[in-house]
Amino acid sequence: MRIEVTLPQLLRRNAERMPDRPALREKDLGIWQPYSWRRYWEEVRDFASGLAAAGFGPGDKLSVIGENRPRLYFAQLAAQSLGGIAVPVYQDAIATELAYVLDHAETSVVVAENQEQVDKILSLKDRLPHLKLIVYDDPRGLRNYDDPILKPFEAISAEGREFAASHPGHLDAAIAEGKPDDLALFSYTSGTTSRPKGVMLSHANLLSPAAVLAESEGVRPNDEHLAYLPMAWVGNSLISLALHLWVGFTVSFPEKPETLQRDLRELGPTIALAPPRYWENALTAIMVRAADATPLKRHIFDFFRRVAERAQLCVTEGRPVPLGLRLQRAIGEMLVFGPLRDQLGLRRARLVYTGGAPLGAETFRFFRAIGVNLKQVYGATELSGLCSVQPDGEVDPDTVGRLLAGMEARIDDTGEVLVRSEGMFKGYYKQPEASSEAVTAEGYLRTGDAGFIDRRGHLVIVDRAKDVGKLADGTALAPQFLENKLKYSPYIGEAVVFGGDARPFVAAIIAIDVTTVGNWAERHNLPYTSFQDLSARPEVRELIRDEIRKCNAALPEPIRLRRFLVLNKEFDADDDEITRTRKIRRRFVAEKYGAVVDAFYRDAADVELSTEITYEDGRKMMLRSTLAIGDVDEPGLDSDVAAPTARLVPVPAEG
Amino acid sequence: MARGATTRTSDMSDDVLLAATAVSKRFGGVRAVEEVSIAVKRGSIASIIGPNGAGKTSFLNMISGFYRPDTGSIAFDGRDITHARPAEIAHMGIARTFQNIALFGGMTVLDNIMLGRHVRMKAGVLASFVYWGLAQREEVAHRARAEELIDFLELQDLRKQQTSALAYGLRKRVELARALALDPKLLLLDEPMGGMNQEEKEDMARYIIDVNEQWGTTIILIEHDMAVVMDISDRVTVLDRGRKIAEGSPAEVQRDPAVIHAYLGGHHEQEWAA
Repeated sequence: MRIEVTLPQLLRRNAERMPDRPALREKDLGIWQPYSWRRYWEEVRDFASGLAAAGFGPGDKLSVIGENRPRLYFAQLAAQSLGGIAVPVYQDAIATELAYVLDHAETSVVVAENQEQVDKILSLKDRLPHLKLIVYDDPRGLRNYDDPILKPFEAISAEGREFAASHPGHLDAAIAEGKPDDLALFSYTSGTTSRPKGVMLSHANLLSPAAVLAESEGVRPNDEHLAYLPMAWVGNSLISLALHLWVGFTVSFPEKPETLQRDLRELGPTIALAPPRYWENALTAIMVRAADATPLKRHIFDFFRRVAERAQLCVTEGRPVPLGLRLQRAIGEMLVFGPLRDQLGLRRARLVYTGGAPLGAETFRFFRAIGVNLKQVYGATELSGLCSVQPDGEVDPDTVGRLLAGMEARIDDTGEVLVRSEGMFKGYYKQPEASSEAVTAEGYLRTGDAGFIDRRGHLVIVDRAKDVGKLADGTALAPQFLENKLKYSPYIGEAVVFGGDARPFVAAIIAIDVTTVGNWAERHNLPYTSFQDLSARPEVRELIRDEIRKCNAALPEPIRLRRFLVLNKEFDADDDEITRTRKIRRRFVAEKYGAVVDAFYRDAADVELSTEITYEDGRKMMLRSTLAIGDVDEPGLDSDVAAPTARLVPVPAEG
Repeated sequence: MARGATTRTSDMSDDVLLAATAVSKRFGGVRAVEEVSIAVKRGSIASIIGPNGAGKTSFLNMISGFYRPDTGSIAFDGRDITHARPAEIAHMGIARTFQNIALFGGMTVLDNIMLGRHVRMKAGVLASFVYWGLAQREEVAHRARAEELIDFLELQDLRKQQTSALAYGLRKRVELARALALDPKLLLLDEPMGGMNQEEKEDMARYIIDVNEQWGTTIILIEHDMAVVMDISDRVTVLDRGRKIAEGSPAEVQRDPAVIHAYLGGHHEQEWAA
């Protein structure tokens, strides 16, 4: 969509069109205090004039640091009103990183939330030659600071009113001169491997994905959003700044980070955006509370949770939900789902997004099952945060949705996703080489993610491009994608996929989910003594084989799994096989189970495995066992051969 | 956390908020406090330190009217309060927190703080019951003040929590909020950091300084953590076995041989003897 305005121009427009509607809302002394659009504009106007009085002009940078607070938003728009650039920074950034960003961006004004942030900036002052002014919002504890560089927010606004009186028309002219292609915001990408890069975004960059999103998702002026994500994250600027100004809905700020849950519940926002970790934590909190509830309540919760998940499964598979299940779900809505959504503050939520990283299918399904319209979005800072959304009715845990109108994606030879959009950044600040590396000659952004576009036209992200390998025949293989597919089965706890190092086919080591498989075994009168015993059962291998077949059915022929092994233990962080955040340490596992990988491709029927197990008290034991390898496509053979189950010989480790 | 030396003077001027003159207290044969005099300047932070059983809390109890001195006199804001009852003293503007937390465990944080406002409420039982006119206006005004304190002490997320369910450090903070709800001119803090970890201590020290700076509240502090005392006090008084053995700025007190003896001497002798 062609954007013809700037952010400050939109603010003025909103202030004229709906002066008395609430633009922002902040909880102060326990009461929600609204800021009308008129007030929003007046605050920006005065602060902008104050900045002008202090010599701030076009191309100058202003940084904000702190939690979401109205004044930090005033400051950003004030800078942009004068043709300046807002550079929001992470409030919890460590000093060296902060110093790097502020110095690299050549920030001349920092607007800090409180004493904590002021102290941090003051300690860096000597390393920031461009810094001329530090403005603070909350004066608490700053009474006795006498550094002349430091000024309260009110003082700048007061100076602004004087300046405006003596320079009538200065600010109006500056705002009118603003062009949509002027730079509006630098968003520094969190550099995990290298120095942070300053992504330069124009007004049009920020507004175009917002405008397209508003159109396709039907965002309305009476929507409500609670902004609590870091101001420096581009997703926050997209929703709480660009989309907010474009549509004119109300953005509220929590009283404190600790009061978020209560504030969410009080407000009942209709638009919500959170990274996967938020949803995972919320799910864990629910599960913990369910486990602590009285047996009756717990049973009701468990029962209706299963009802909801069965019904959800019908919906995703496109089957009609049976009448009985629909009735049960209706009762569940009254007893469980409605109250649960209320507790989460999602009772009124219409548009709920998760983005920034992949969200586990199980978590995703849970929230959808209880009636939260959770949808995956995909984007990159370089694309102003957003390029695809799952449209209502086409939600699927595997995809990141359909590309928004006006955006194009294609997959290059290596499988990397390339995206072209109006939101495409203007380059990395002062790093032209990195900029030209990130963008192809045709103007596509290299996202660094590997993926494909499925039959419906949804973008599917399978892995980071650097983790993607190739089979012997050259077919690209994204291990994480297959593993996530496998883990979709309730019986598979963890899976590690092999084959990307030019092997002839795909194989996997599977660790069963002991709870669900144990449950299954009980239902099928299959006695077992331990995890090792259960995992070595031919029946269990058969069960896993069926699950792999189901998974294979949805996969293209070359990347279907051919062989597998059911491991006799769980992948454990104590054994370094998995990180504490439950990410498989792929290389380590490949090395440790080299014998298995070898056996996969030697076409061996079983493998002699010595596994070292670390108990929680640090003692180590060796487990020697013979494990059968399963062939996915030859059902008869395996059950004939698999007469002896694995022998487990625990012996103390040497030394 | 270093404070400017601007408010630190050693002369006794007319700017004294609390003056105790030769105060003594005995319990049976035990001389808890003997002839202790102290003058606390308006707007300052004064600390009372001393080994266990030195008479610090007894002295504080006499200021708050909980004990009545056997001899000597106490003047607050130019008025003699030696024989005043605790309720009168609270009305005059002296609030305190206790060494052992004394909150209403079954009540919420907000209710505990509102209770602290009770002294400042004027509407009678009947008017409060009907909750109309003055009673309603009063309630709103007091709630606003309570919210300011909640904001000040960063208790927003705990407003509706029962205090008995809170961690120790937080309960100490709620107790401070309740004492502040009295809008005191003088705040008596009996070991506000007792039993706290380092981080909680730093937070509490920060709050005490902020109270002092923001509202000019005069503070008398009993505390065992010497680092905190030396950091935030304008003046330190040292008691030992009921007597005042030293007084002065933190630096002066730290150098005082009598103080060193009271704190370390006995132990050193014992060590050498053994």
